[in-house]
Amino acid sequence: MDLFQLQRRLVDYRASLYHEDFLDEQFSQLQDLQDENNPDFVVEVVTLFFEDSERLLNELAKALEQPIIDFKRVDAHVHQFKGSSSSIGAQRVQKACIAFRNYCEEQNVEGCLKCLQQLRHEYSLVKTKLESMFQLEQQILSAGGSIPM
Amino acid sequence: MAAQGRHGGRKSNKMTALVVDDNMVNRTIHHQLLDNLGIENVAVGNGKEAVDIHCSGKAFDLILMDMDMPIMNGIEATRKLREMGIRSMIAGVSTRSMEQEIREFIEAGLDDYQEKPLTVSKLISIIRKIN
Repeated sequence: MDLFQLQRRLVDYRASLYHEDFLDEQFSQLQDLQDENNPDFVVEVVTLFFEDSERLLNELAKALEQPIIDFKRVDAHVHQFKGSSSSIGAQRVQKACIAFRNYCEEQNVEGCLKCLQQLRHEYSLVKTKLESMFQLEQQILSAGGSIPM
Repeated sequence: MAAQGRHGGRKSNKMTALVVDDNMVNRTIHHQLLDNLGIENVAVGNGKEAVDIHCSGKAFDLILMDMDMPIMNGIEATRKLREMGIRSMIAGVSTRSMEQEIREFIEAGLDDYQEKPLTVSKLISIIRKIN
């Protein structure tokens, strides 16, 4: 694939992520913060998000395994997750967190477990998609091209 | 834009800010937002650290205060800082949407309140209110 095709592919791929609500306007805000002084800002923040999310998913699984569930604790983790996903523009993950918090409030174990599954699913989807997008960007840069806006 | 003489002996006229947020992703983003606007900034992870950094003698033109934090939350920290006589611009930043909760936060001593996530334009509107 030549450079032009790669760039075209990236533009289309990115558009699809917005179109399918994987990403929202907040992600564009992050891209706007990236410049020559901080050329890797987006990758860095997203990597932080991945690390933080994986930690939170583990904490959530542990908290929901307890014989007596501390819903306040579960809610606190989901709140964190909601905060970071909203900050990077991972809209579907954020929405999954909102649903999760409702079940926490109701102290509904079944509901919480289902939500955790859903949250894992949405997280792994957006992670895969962002990684693919970064890979495309790398390919373009390696081919000597620039990332189209 | 920075108040002259308020922080006695400061070398530059650069505006300074303190980011108070327990979420690392948010701290990183807010730090970059401020950096890009040429604002020197420091980030801490909860309200108590925000109070401690002031006790150590530091002062800032702007404090971006998250609401929900462990150890000492944004409401408590704002109250405490105001009690200590801190007159910096404190902007509450939160995802809470209930009027009651926002009101309590504002009444603790905020100069401004913005809903998360923070964007460049929200930050600029906060900064315009300083001075």
